[in-house]
Amino acid sequence: MSLAHDAHVAVRPTAVAQRPTRTWPEVNNPAAWIVAVILLIMPLIASGFFLIEIFASTLILGTIALSLMFLAGYGGMVSLMQLTIAGFSAYMVAVFGVSGNANISLGWPWWLAVPMALALATAFGTLGGALAVRTEGIYTIMITLAIGAAFYYFTNQNWAIFNGHTGINTVATPHFWGVNWRADIPFYYIVLAVAALCYFAVEYLSRAPFGLALQGVRDNPRRMAALGFNVNAHRVAAYAFASFVAALAGVLQVWNYRQISPGSVSVGACIDVLIIAVVGGITRPIGPFIGALIFVLLRTFALDFLVRIGLDGNRFRLLIGLGFLAIVFWSSDGVIGLWQRWRQRQRPRTDRPGGGRGHG
Amino acid sequence: MDSVAQRLSAVGAGAALELRGVTRLFGALAALTDVTITVRPGERRAVLGSNGAGKTTLFNCITGDFPPSSGTIRFFGEDVTHFPPYERIRRGLRRTYQISALFPGLTVQDNVYLACRGVSRGRFSFLRPGQNDALMHAADNLVQAVHLSAVKDQRVAELAHGQQRQLEIALALAGAPRFVLFDEPAAGLSPTERAELIEILTSLPAHIGYIIIEHDMDVALRVVESVTMMHNGRVFKEGLPEEIQSDPQVQELYLGGGHE
Repeated sequence: MSLAHDAHVAVRPTAVAQRPTRTWPEVNNPAAWIVAVILLIMPLIASGFFLIEIFASTLILGTIALSLMFLAGYGGMVSLMQLTIAGFSAYMVAVFGVSGNANISLGWPWWLAVPMALALATAFGTLGGALAVRTEGIYTIMITLAIGAAFYYFTNQNWAIFNGHTGINTVATPHFWGVNWRADIPFYYIVLAVAALCYFAVEYLSRAPFGLALQGVRDNPRRMAALGFNVNAHRVAAYAFASFVAALAGVLQVWNYRQISPGSVSVGACIDVLIIAVVGGITRPIGPFIGALIFVLLRTFALDFLVRIGLDGNRFRLLIGLGFLAIVFWSSDGVIGLWQRWRQRQRPRTDRPGGGRGHG
Repeated sequence: MDSVAQRLSAVGAGAALELRGVTRLFGALAALTDVTITVRPGERRAVLGSNGAGKTTLFNCITGDFPPSSGTIRFFGEDVTHFPPYERIRRGLRRTYQISALFPGLTVQDNVYLACRGVSRGRFSFLRPGQNDALMHAADNLVQAVHLSAVKDQRVAELAHGQQRQLEIALALAGAPRFVLFDEPAAGLSPTERAELIEILTSLPAHIGYIIIEHDMDVALRVVESVTMMHNGRVFKEGLPEEIQSDPQVQELYLGGGHE
């Protein structure tokens, strides 16, 4: 055995050729293909209500939570301002673009307003990140929460740009090539395309030098510095990337509701994003989308369900809270973790990775 | 003060590592007091001393993990006293940690790959390494050099202690090291693993100098040509291994500390 091993080591090209190629883990996963096909043919199955209120909402919220998953799962930085960045981006689309508030909106076409909003929101999130990386753990949470809360109160009180508590209404959505891109089916595909792009970008980055180094920073920042990495620069760059992802989702959000107001960027909504990411699982990029689906389904149907069993319908958050408690109690890595453990139990014992090594 | 001319004039002084009057305070406690050490390029030196002698603090000052409170540190002639750690590492300084400082969530291969990436360009690259990535090959070679090829796709959290110590050394040898600080590399190793460690250290290219902190005299004195003895944060004695070994004062201090 050891001789064979040594021979293998001696022949370099063989060793290289036998390295498992790193491809998309999903390519060989039939479940992923089924989900992809279902998402693509969804407009044939689902009504407009389901398409937008359930699936588009899930994908938008999931993308915002994905930006948190990227920071928290790979970088070990829990940022509560991801929704704030999305909201800032949404506001900027409304301010630079066309809306019912002509005294505020500059009336730029969407193809100018959107890049502007993305750039400003990314800059905003990067600046917030530059502040937050000076701290660790709970202090990062506090700083980002403070930024979120400050933005919420600022939008409430500033009338010149953010139009106070009424917000900006009747935001124009893109029309070109003779298509109204806010019509249910085209809009669903735009949302699906953006969410898929962000999902695959995060998945791809996790194995690229930037993403690997970020995971190194998460595991041991001091050692990363002793390997030649500028740890803080890496963290700020991670915030910049995550801010861009959140900003993309913010553009979709303002197009979805055609309005943006402080209620959309409240502190409660910021925390919802954390709950979505944790419930879904922050170890893999699919987690936030699963969390978002659970959240949106509960938000939409828990009301009817609660009324039917004779409770106040506004208590849907109670269900979410109980679900959150249960998940955190039984599975620190969310629904993803439950699923992975269930899959492992289904597998025969001999197949289990690292079996019998546990006590080493 | 630190003009370019001044920095350049120091080049050619010839020392790989030059500490002048380095003091490190933790509050009122002086962990290092007025330490002056000069190490030639390629020189291999042991730093001995009982617990609390300031050996690891010395390493932390040299790498910049904690900057010194006063004094200057030159690395190949360049004043690096106020450089952040990563700037020193990029200039060819390396270190290992007494308690393994690895990335438990990543595989062995990825740990070593990160070490190779850290001292080269493209640290922020968004592109995955391809099949013929030069750094991947470099990482492969390093993994082989420390005998970890069999476990290279395992997560570091699953490795045995001895394997983690070997990986610790691999991380410090990535890229083109010019000078390495080994902080008790033999801690917790079996006799066989110690022999392997000695082999790795003695087979390093001659231009790579190092300082090794090691309590095991059998290991330390076989892999070095000079010894610095520290006591209470000061340099107590410097000399050849035989001189230090036979010095009665050193024996009293060292063995006295060890017996406690």
